[in-house]
Amino acid sequence: MSKVKRYISPVILPIFFLILWQFFSVKLNNPIVLPSVTEVLVILARPNSSLLSLGSLIRNTLISILRVGIGYILAILLAIPLGMLIGYSRRIEEFLMPFLNLFRPIAPLAWVPLVLAWFGVASLASIFNIEQGGLYSLFNNIKISMLFIIFIGAFFPILTNTIYGVKSVKKTLIDSALTMGARKKDIFIKVLLPASLPSVITGFRVGLGVAWMCLVSAEMLPGSLAGIGYLITHAYTVARTDIVIAGMISISFVGGLFDLMFQKIEVKFFKWQSMDK
Amino acid sequence: MKNVIEIKGVNKLFLTDKKQEVKALKNINLDIKDQEFVCILGPSGSGKSTLLRLMEGLIDPTTGSINVMGSPLTKPIPEAGFVFQEYSLMPWRNIIDNVSFGLELREYSRKDRYKIAEDILTRFGLKEFTKSFPYELSGGMKQRAAIARAMATSPKILYMDEPFGALDAYTRFQMQKDLIEFWLEEKRTIVFVTHSVEEAVFLGTRVIIMSPRPGEIIADYNIGLSYPRDRWNKEFGKKFQTIMDIMNDIS
Repeated sequence: MSKVKRYISPVILPIFFLILWQFFSVKLNNPIVLPSVTEVLVILARPNSSLLSLGSLIRNTLISILRVGIGYILAILLAIPLGMLIGYSRRIEEFLMPFLNLFRPIAPLAWVPLVLAWFGVASLASIFNIEQGGLYSLFNNIKISMLFIIFIGAFFPILTNTIYGVKSVKKTLIDSALTMGARKKDIFIKVLLPASLPSVITGFRVGLGVAWMCLVSAEMLPGSLAGIGYLITHAYTVARTDIVIAGMISISFVGGLFDLMFQKIEVKFFKWQSMDK
Repeated sequence: MKNVIEIKGVNKLFLTDKKQEVKALKNINLDIKDQEFVCILGPSGSGKSTLLRLMEGLIDPTTGSINVMGSPLTKPIPEAGFVFQEYSLMPWRNIIDNVSFGLELREYSRKDRYKIAEDILTRFGLKEFTKSFPYELSGGMKQRAAIARAMATSPKILYMDEPFGALDAYTRFQMQKDLIEFWLEEKRTIVFVTHSVEEAVFLGTRVIIMSPRPGEIIADYNIGLSYPRDRWNKEFGKKFQTIMDIMNDIS
């Protein structure tokens, strides 16, 4: 394919889609059902201005990123060591996996009622006993219930990919490290971890994607006063479909950015994996 | 000369996934002296790789005893290096970091271990590839690097499990010549597993022949030819023929 074609072909469908959207919005002439492209663009063009007195698009997006980030990091901290142990030891696998598999099919959203009963509107602010000031308004926005939902969403993809990564490490690599005098600790840190890292990174990528998708449901929980998911649900109740769509586009944009970031990491650091046969 | 490896009455049973017992090795008795180049020859299923892993301490015998350098073996010891048939270099480390891995585990400083690894890589003709990654090297070079890595901690014994099995014929000949040269220069004990009669006769001072299912030693043969050996020599042909006849009888 020629260079020009390579740049053109990915944008053909999006442009066609925008044209169709604009055409139908003009024809329908009902901004609650379908606002026009331009109406949405106006909101996106001023991401710093406050919307529905809920703060700007950027501020809400950043709060969402913070929430997802915390829940996601907690998921990483638990899923990686657990996944490595399960992948390494048959016994630990037989002990833990049947139990963990009970939870795997449960969609993060299904946890909502329980999570609310357990944590209510408790936030990081209540955990750290912060009652006022700038930190309060930030920490109060990070509800335990939301973190839990996001954690659940990110945990399983990271866990399964780590297990898979460790299991597919060639036996010869472990044996050869043993012949050179490696102890168990060396095997984990110097062999299993680096060898499974490409797969772990794939887990990071999928996990972050799922965590980000859980966001809207997490931010619909009571006590939520900000965040891109909250902005969308609130805009919906006041029939501002243009803001709903602008919020959806922000979600897509940030999610795409995350994905791109991991793609770059995969290409830059794990060339050896695609080349190694 | 004293024995570096003493194997007495070793049997090895494996359990298959269906919990069936498979007898991999039966009543193995074998002494290997210092600076010998022993080739263990046998068809597939004769347990020759299993025997080598037992000597290294990667697996334990079901019954019997193995003494290496005078003491019973319980796990891999620093005095022995191992070269695997498959490429066993760590694909995420460059060549010098692979070769210095054993030194890293022994907590040598970065400077010291690079110095040692560089010397070894130069000897093995891999000087230009210190910063290359395994995927950038040919099969022969990878095995060269794997041998260099096993030698980096200067072990007294080198175990090699069909190290040239995956190489093309020309590279294999070259590697065999280089290995002999290396062994003649600094005498070490080498135990070399192969299924090629020709390779065993070309390399070994002594050839141990094993039969399959269960793996048993059926012949222990001194080659007695001087090095470097010539494949087209009449004496070489005779030795080859003798061992080939034994091999034909068992399979």
